Amino acid sequence: MNLINAGDTAWVLVSSALVLLMTPALAFFYGGMVRKKNVLSILMQCMIIVGLISVQWVLFGYSLSFHPGNGFWGGFGWFGLNGVGFDPYPDYAATIPHQAFMIFQAMFAIITPALILGAFAERMKFSAFLIFMLLWATLIYDPIAHWVWGVGGWLRTKGTLDFAGGTVVHISAGIAALATALMIGRRKNLDKGTPTPHNMPFVVLGTGLLWFGWFGFNAGSALAANGLAVNAFVVTNTAAAAAGLAWAVIEWMHNGKPTLFGFCSGAVAGLVAITPASGFVSVVPAIIIGILVSVFCFIAVALIKPKLRYDDSLDAFGVHCIGGIWGALATGLFASKIVNPTGADGLFFGNPAQFMTQLFAVGVTIAYSFVGTLILYKVVDMMVGVRASEEEENIGLDLSQHSERAYTVIE
Amino acid sequence: MKYIIAIIQPHKLEDVKEELYKAEVNLITVSEVLGHGRQKGVTEVYRGARETGNLLRKIRLEIAVNDNFLDATINAITKGARTGNVGDGKIFVMDMKDCVRIRTGEVGSIAIG
Repeated sequence: MNLINAGDTAWVLVSSALVLLMTPALAFFYGGMVRKKNVLSILMQCMIIVGLISVQWVLFGYSLSFHPGNGFWGGFGWFGLNGVGFDPYPDYAATIPHQAFMIFQAMFAIITPALILGAFAERMKFSAFLIFMLLWATLIYDPIAHWVWGVGGWLRTKGTLDFAGGTVVHISAGIAALATALMIGRRKNLDKGTPTPHNMPFVVLGTGLLWFGWFGFNAGSALAANGLAVNAFVVTNTAAAAAGLAWAVIEWMHNGKPTLFGFCSGAVAGLVAITPASGFVSVVPAIIIGILVSVFCFIAVALIKPKLRYDDSLDAFGVHCIGGIWGALATGLFASKIVNPTGADGLFFGNPAQFMTQLFAVGVTIAYSFVGTLILYKVVDMMVGVRASEEEENIGLDLSQHSERAYTVIE
Repeated sequence: MKYIIAIIQPHKLEDVKEELYKAEVNLITVSEVLGHGRQKGVTEVYRGARETGNLLRKIRLEIAVNDNFLDATINAITKGARTGNVGDGKIFVMDMKDCVRIRTGEVGSIAIG
């Protein structure tokens, strides 16, 4: 008997490829924001994570996250994909080969640590970066993915709703971003003026490709080519659009002019916020989620960050953590069984308990990822030293860490 | 009237600007240049091919001043740009024959400030 559905499998494989593209997209999104002496370091950090986590994932990351182990993590039962074959594994996806689910999840495991690197851009040593990312993926991401999505995971058992990774991806990475920004300290010379993004068209290129890839991220998380995938697709696009518009309007009112950077920041914030909700809410809540995420993230990025003086250089915390928290809580407000009968109703549909469940999962994720990241940072700092030397930071990470430069002046 | 050209480290530009503003020298022209002094170039490697002794990125400042501003300007640049390491740069001072403000047609000392 073969339960595999060709349409579902095709959609999940295409979605996996879409989500993979998000990491190079993030590289351009972030890369455009830094000074030109550091753009290659951002691109390199993103690309090497594709290499590093792809291998980590098939060796033991997938097993730690998704093998039905204990409440904390999955253990090594599927080490090297032993036992992960081409028959469906119905607890996760009943109509596609188990390995299709595995490779789809691999792309999430890749982009999540990559999100963090915006916080410590332009000043981390590459060797420290590699060790930190491998440890973070293994000891922070894999357990949290197991708690929320894995069979036997304790937050999943409690009824937490996270369709495509609001807590697992964006909150866990976003709060880790704050932890690393606090630990590594501010970039040199920041008091004399914030560095100007060196290539705004790259930021737009990155935004466009992220938006495109996000359809795989959210609509692919239906794990089937069905109506639920369509719902996720539609609300994803709607929330991103509403949030981009909202950010531009906020800037227009607050600073006198709307900016391209603002629209792009808003669109990405909207994509973040709709992620956990995309399989549970309909289109009008998606607009509300999109508008409000821009309000919250704008306050965090433009008003609170300069006051508190932490150097979350590319706003990994301000967009991903704040947007992720709002999205996870909004899921508890707007979720509806009319959209997804296997989900739950939220506060506005008569079930306030769901909001508390969401709040609890948010709190647990923040606490675990924040404390865990602080510890990992300390460990890596003792091993090799995390921060690049002053001279390396002056020259730029492209030349000092990789012996390459992005642009020539002559020729 | 003097014409000053200074070559400095790129990351010291903000410091130099700050010192110049303190000295009330507000009119400067800045460009990005490549150069080679005593400081060794940085090695670049592309697919295993090493390129040593490459020219380094520097910033060139051009400032026209009246004679009574000369010392203050040189001090400001020196103070802002100095790290004590090889590669801090140089300041060149030249006599300037004339200066014309295009908007008004004013000529000489008065056209500088």
